[in-house]
Amino acid sequence: MKEISSAIQLIPLEQYVMLSVALFSIGMMGVLFRRNTIAILMCLELMFNSVNLLLTAFSAYHSDPSGQVFVFFIMIVAAAEVAVGLSILVMMKRNVDSVDINLLNRLKW
Amino acid sequence: MIFLFYMLSAIMIICALAVVFSKNPINNVIYLIVCFIAMAGHYILLNAQFLAVVHIIVYTGAIMVLFLFVIMLLNLNKAIILRKSKVTRITAVITGGIFFLVLVAATRQTFEIHPRYPFASDIGLLTQIGKVLFSEFLLPFEMSSILFISAMVGAIMFGKKDEH
Repeated sequence: MKEISSAIQLIPLEQYVMLSVALFSIGMMGVLFRRNTIAILMCLELMFNSVNLLLTAFSAYHSDPSGQVFVFFIMIVAAAEVAVGLSILVMMKRNVDSVDINLLNRLKW
Repeated sequence: MIFLFYMLSAIMIICALAVVFSKNPINNVIYLIVCFIAMAGHYILLNAQFLAVVHIIVYTGAIMVLFLFVIMLLNLNKAIILRKSKVTRITAVITGGIFFLVLVAATRQTFEIHPRYPFASDIGLLTQIGKVLFSEFLLPFEMSSILFISAMVGAIMFGKKDEH
């Protein structure tokens, strides 16, 4: 426990910020890049997780457990979101027999 | 420890890029699972042991299995040729890169982070999280059960076949 506690003293918080920003950008790039709806949902998970990592890092560096409770709630919301998103995907596959996100472009208007 | 941090970060970044760029949905899920396991390692480095365990259980145990289940159910396991046009793809990469640069510049220049020393090593443990969760955040915790119920009802409603 003591040794792990000294681990976060060696790594500056800025590096965790950089890591989360990189992961978030990769997730956003994936959402713009892919056409497969299931891959887009996975990239959304990636973005959720980068925010979780950032909240945990701030919580650990400020010795405040509230941030970790927030991460817990974000995990709850992510689980609910994935359940609904995947059921929408199943319905879309059943109705139009494709997982192409471009077929949903009428949702824009 | 620093070596561990950089190794986990490198694994995460590479697997995240593989999630974006690999074509087969099964490979995407596997890369995402590797990425999430590396993230659990980060949580342990950050003294958030409870979150590490919950992350493994919820994400790799439940959410990714759900993804695999849907891929299996819908028979998506072959590489589907669904690609956006080349212009859109290049634009997406450029947009992601510029977004990254802007956020890095913003975090570098606008604020300084002052960690509070000395670090408490027990805030990530189950007792500490449980105390906060069931005193300060009791109402949101109960509300999240309503959220789950409504999400479950919505998922069943979407998944039901139309009779008429």
